[in-house]
Amino acid sequence: MHERAALIQAVRSFFIMQGFLEVETPIRIPAPAPEAHIEPEPAGEWYLQTSPELCMKRLLAAGCSRIFQICKCFRRHERGHLHLPEMTMLEWYRAGADYHDLMHDCEGLFAALAADRQIMVDGKPIPLAPPWPRLTLAEAFQRSAPITLQQSLTDDCFEETLVRDIEPRLGLETPVFLCDYPASLASLARLHPDNPAVAQRFELYVNGVELANGFSELTNAPEQRRRFQLDQEAIVGLGRRPGPMPEPFLADLSRMPAAAGIAMGIDRLVMLFGGVSTIDQVVTFTPEEL
Amino acid sequence: MYTAADLKKGLKLEIEGNPYIVVDFQFAKPGKGQALYRTKMRNMVNGNMLERTFRSNDKFEKADLEERAMQFLYSQGDDFVFMDNQNYEQLTITRDHLGESINFMVDNMDVQVLLYRGASIGVTLPTSVTLRVIRADPWAKGDTSGSDSKPVTVETGYELQVPPFVNEGDLIQIDTRTGEYMTRVKE
Repeated sequence: MHERAALIQAVRSFFIMQGFLEVETPIRIPAPAPEAHIEPEPAGEWYLQTSPELCMKRLLAAGCSRIFQICKCFRRHERGHLHLPEMTMLEWYRAGADYHDLMHDCEGLFAALAADRQIMVDGKPIPLAPPWPRLTLAEAFQRSAPITLQQSLTDDCFEETLVRDIEPRLGLETPVFLCDYPASLASLARLHPDNPAVAQRFELYVNGVELANGFSELTNAPEQRRRFQLDQEAIVGLGRRPGPMPEPFLADLSRMPAAAGIAMGIDRLVMLFGGVSTIDQVVTFTPEEL
Repeated sequence: MYTAADLKKGLKLEIEGNPYIVVDFQFAKPGKGQALYRTKMRNMVNGNMLERTFRSNDKFEKADLEERAMQFLYSQGDDFVFMDNQNYEQLTITRDHLGESINFMVDNMDVQVLLYRGASIGVTLPTSVTLRVIRADPWAKGDTSGSDSKPVTVETGYELQVPPFVNEGDLIQIDTRTGEYMTRVKE
């Protein structure tokens, strides 16, 4: 608990030193971003946020340029050794930036955190000095999986292959960025200018654990509405009722500058630096203990 | 019907016509992707292990399992005859479906019989049983081998290690889950 408090304090200091403004946005909202595989927790007529993403982007549209937030997020039915239905999230956004800038931020954040602590893998501390390898998803499949990325999408076994063959080998020697996700798996991200089949989205992996998800933000409101509609159809296909369209967000999106944003799980960050193997060990109480 | 969200250790479900019990499972959810439930299960009839990865929308049948209180009446060759405590009907289970349990069953013992689709697939015994020692070597005084246990045979024919002070004719309590000696019982 002491280490958790110290770590959060260090994260906060890092962003303040980098000129970021700490913000607070409402936790209870009328319309979370429709996402096929994230189920929001109802709270009266509204919902608890699954992420502060939409409100933080509206702050960018309102003129903020560098903002961060540490807050609680809620996702139904997510429970495992790396998942809690209520978790603590760090999100930060940079106007005028793209996903490469966020990767630099991650490297800088870890350099600051590593001043007082280290991450052990198999009993040895791993080097955290930048730059960390950038591995595209296509390369990762080629390296570790029996099938190609494209084949896994065609056969509808992308997640199974990722979890079984790729994730356990990521970030064992140094942290690694897994980059350039298929466009279909990045609803809120900007597509790659040179290759519209992939999105400018990455995930940070350390010791086989997915720690952060960042991307260059999509700023095209009609395109974002079209993607949300596809997600709403997917939600119906899965037998759930989609929430309402986040109209105020879509209205503000056309005014939002080019930007990049990222979400990092604080609980998992504490796990990694604390050298523990389940998320239960880094929170005061699990849902089962309440 | 169960969905993947109901999965937990100990859940009993039916897959391809066989009853399985979940012995381990891990929730995984690669960022923005769908939830996966990596599950290890044991076949409750033959003990084989099965590993499967489920998605959150996968559904399974509950295993049609029923536990009934019965009394073990007697054995004849490889047939073991039980009586249902409720309707007094008799049921015969063959030796190969009882496994290690036969080591600890004595006439008139109360047991739970597990039925899958009406057919017996095993019995659950009380966690401990009291059995009489029918063969034991006397403890040689002055034995300097340093051994602190000796083998004995109980009335069911089962052999186990006990402390040297246990004699032929004694009653001893045995843990049916481990098959190990617990204590000597005074008559």
